[in-house]
Amino acid sequence: MPTDTPRHSAHDNTIVLVGHGMVGQRFLEAIAARGLTATHRVVVLCEEPRPAYDRVQLTSYFSGRTPDELSLTDPEFIEQHGIELYVGDPAESVDREAKTVTARSGQTFAYDTLVLATGSFPFVPPVPGKDITGCFVYRTIEDLLAIEEYAKTYAKTGAVVGGGLLGLEAAGALRGLGLDTHVVEFAPRLMPVQVDEGGGAALLRTITGMGLTVHTGVGTQEIIGTQGAVSGMKLSDGQELATDLVVFSAGVRPRDQLARDCGLTVGERGGITVDEQCRTSDPAVYAIGECALASDGRVYGLVAPGYEMAETVAGSIAAEESSFTGADLSTKLKLLGVDVASFGDAHGATPDCLDVVYSDSRSGTYKKLVIGAGGELLGGVLVGDAEAYGVLRPLTGSVPPVSPEQLVLPAGAGAPVAIGPSSLPDSAVICSCHNVTKGTIRGAVTEHSCTTVPEVKKCTKAGTGCGSCVKVLGQLVNDELEASGVEVDKGLCGCFGQTRQELYEIVHTLRITSYRQLLDTHGREAARGTEGCETCKPTVGSIIASLAPTIGADGYVLEGEQAALQDTNDHFLANLQKNGSYSVVPRIPGGEITPDKLIVIGEVARDFGLYTKITGGQRIDMFGARVEQLPLIWTRLVDAGFESGHAYGKSLRTVKSCVGQTWCRYGVQDSVRMAIDLELRYRGLRSPHKLKSAVSGCARECAEAQSKDFGVIATSSGWNLYVGGNGGATPRHADLLAQDLSDAELVRLIDRFLMFYIRTADRLERTSTWLERIEGSLDHVRDVVVHDSLGLCDELEALMADHVAHYRDEWSETINDPERLARFVSFVNAPDVPDPTVSFVPERDQIKPDLPLLTIGSRPRDLEGAASR
Amino acid sequence: MSVQLRLKDDWFEVCDRAQLQPGRGIAALLPDGRQAALFIDREGRAYAIDNRDPFTGAAVLSRGLLGAAGGRTFVASPLLKQRFDLETGRCLDDDSVTVETHTVRLA
Repeated sequence: MPTDTPRHSAHDNTIVLVGHGMVGQRFLEAIAARGLTATHRVVVLCEEPRPAYDRVQLTSYFSGRTPDELSLTDPEFIEQHGIELYVGDPAESVDREAKTVTARSGQTFAYDTLVLATGSFPFVPPVPGKDITGCFVYRTIEDLLAIEEYAKTYAKTGAVVGGGLLGLEAAGALRGLGLDTHVVEFAPRLMPVQVDEGGGAALLRTITGMGLTVHTGVGTQEIIGTQGAVSGMKLSDGQELATDLVVFSAGVRPRDQLARDCGLTVGERGGITVDEQCRTSDPAVYAIGECALASDGRVYGLVAPGYEMAETVAGSIAAEESSFTGADLSTKLKLLGVDVASFGDAHGATPDCLDVVYSDSRSGTYKKLVIGAGGELLGGVLVGDAEAYGVLRPLTGSVPPVSPEQLVLPAGAGAPVAIGPSSLPDSAVICSCHNVTKGTIRGAVTEHSCTTVPEVKKCTKAGTGCGSCVKVLGQLVNDELEASGVEVDKGLCGCFGQTRQELYEIVHTLRITSYRQLLDTHGREAARGTEGCETCKPTVGSIIASLAPTIGADGYVLEGEQAALQDTNDHFLANLQKNGSYSVVPRIPGGEITPDKLIVIGEVARDFGLYTKITGGQRIDMFGARVEQLPLIWTRLVDAGFESGHAYGKSLRTVKSCVGQTWCRYGVQDSVRMAIDLELRYRGLRSPHKLKSAVSGCARECAEAQSKDFGVIATSSGWNLYVGGNGGATPRHADLLAQDLSDAELVRLIDRFLMFYIRTADRLERTSTWLERIEGSLDHVRDVVVHDSLGLCDELEALMADHVAHYRDEWSETINDPERLARFVSFVNAPDVPDPTVSFVPERDQIKPDLPLLTIGSRPRDLEGAASR
Repeated sequence: MSVQLRLKDDWFEVCDRAQLQPGRGIAALLPDGRQAALFIDREGRAYAIDNRDPFTGAAVLSRGLLGAAGGRTFVASPLLKQRFDLETGRCLDDDSVTVETHTVRLA
């Protein structure tokens, strides 16, 4: 008897999976969840050079997602379950008699169960010239990288053949590459499969408005080449379109060749024929995903039905009752930033059905509901605003609790849509990617004690597919928590039951300029009339400072009662360091500084014996100043033309820049000028947390703008604005908010973004966490600040205009007022005596705090002996 | 009106009442070289504790913000935010730590 048992003994069954795409990966997760990986040897043959990734989100590469971030596979998962994954080694042939699969590398694997998840390939219409250099398809990361490389070198214009879902994805990719983009669609409208004529028209207007050129009702007749590379295409209406690059995206076809070659039954129009258990004509072989022709006679090109088939096969191997008889084709997508959703009987094919349509060409919104003879909701199309999809899709098949008209009218127009997820039955499927019902989600809260959306996602998998149900998920979790009596206290602190956002609204609306007044009128009952606390004081101080010019408060943060609210940094307009000394950072806008000013900083640091260090934000920090030295230091700095750098405040810190077009041979815009403009515009702006920014002069991104709260990257035709980036402990790449903006558009958009953040963020919440926390995330913020969905933009801009007009330098105001200077002493009763515990020792030709001195602490000391530097 | 600290048997005059701002503190140098942090709350009650923050050793407690919890007034250290009861000197975040308090009067 061997003592060392191998993981899989010889008599174990072997499962061979051919194809490691999204559905293949889902199959692996499904067999692992059923414990089958422990009892079976599992071999995976993957054609692509990388394991499974999120193909649905491919275009997000252009908003900063890296191939690694698109990955769906966790190496730990593969290892933990003993899965043998062969990447870049596709299956070449199957011998069904011998039950073996041979891979391209020559390896042969015996199987007991074979699962084909070979997916599909892009259909390229047989037009002359389709193979000329410059013709591409768009399905894999490799396709995308090839298009990117070619576009950068050879192309200014690109054309997509096909205006369906994938075609518009591809068009989004070309636009992301900065190409002048055309879409050629044979049908009379865009997305002919998913949307009807009205929806197609709304989509067309919006997409044309973005600068794309759309040609509908025409076919591609020929790709024209010049010197072996694409130079144009001939359309069926006789038109010739000049283009440097062509992407074919005219649909996909099931990859069934491997099945054909080994004699499995395939459909007339392709697809491996399977039964309700997804079994092929050979009982030992299954087919799942886009390569399978399901028992209802359809080939499904969506990921959700593929996942369902993966679960079916896993269930059937585990001897569970499971079947796949067909799936709902409902989809909700964001194509080129436009919401598009279709569900149920979207085209009104049911006899005697009726439509309810709302169409607004101005805003590019189109909504249609298909209603059956008995008043039941059969399906619908939503373009431009697909907010209601999360509730409408699960209602399909039932009579809605309110009239259909109310369901399509926009919020605020007539009767509001008062339908929420609470009206859904427990059997309603909330997450269709993972087939999770409302009942399961409620159970996660009531039985598994989940209290947050991330916990529920982990517990049920709901919301981890396409993400379109996350909003409804949030509402369900809150409803359930409230119903089970869990009181969620969202209050700022023990003194205020309101959130920071609510306090902001109160201060703004009622023009409250005093903390005490706010506490005594809006604080919790027990806190009224008390001292307040160290949490709400600076928070309210910051809100009052942000709104100062608008509500009529003094813009100087140390005026009157405001002075008592500020943390010590703001109170002394400098940064407190560990031994009680302060550091000083003058503003150096954009990081640009003259030699003369640099010399002044050097002289000041030398004369006061300060430790100097270059900061990450392109400024100079001077450490080791005692409070009574701060006014003297600043008098010299202000005289030389410096002003406060606000390094001490929850406010704009720096706008970093690269040297840009002026000097750099790659630069395409003047990034330094823009950085200076932005830094001077937003200087002194008090916000929920610090704000960092950067401007890069080209896509090489030397200023690291994508790690900033708001980052700007130059393009040949303007500026791209990224928001919500962060470095630090939880790094986050910023999200692209808008592209190719003019100077004025850029500034206006940043104005709105910052003011919306200041208005709605929690205390000490950076833009990165704010963006991920707020309902609707980036999409919502974009709707509000770009599309003005809440009608707030005028007000946000006016608030910023007030800030800009009333900005004054805090340090020059301070040194010119003897009363304000009085606080800058170590001891009230001995203004000329420096604090003896603030002392320094040498290190690397500069100073560092004398920390051993602090450990001596409160022992009575001989003053003269200690007050040295 | 002046702010005075009790030192042994004497009252030590620190500053004028008007130099104290409600909700904030100031530091005073005592004759033996020690430092005191003096505060006044919004009701006009004065407090004094040792200025040294026992967690870091820096003389900074006078630069913290005042707050109230359960009817007690405290100061939060500006360095690492530990709170100290201004009447007893007890640290509200660590039972084992106490700072010295002084008797103070307005006269």
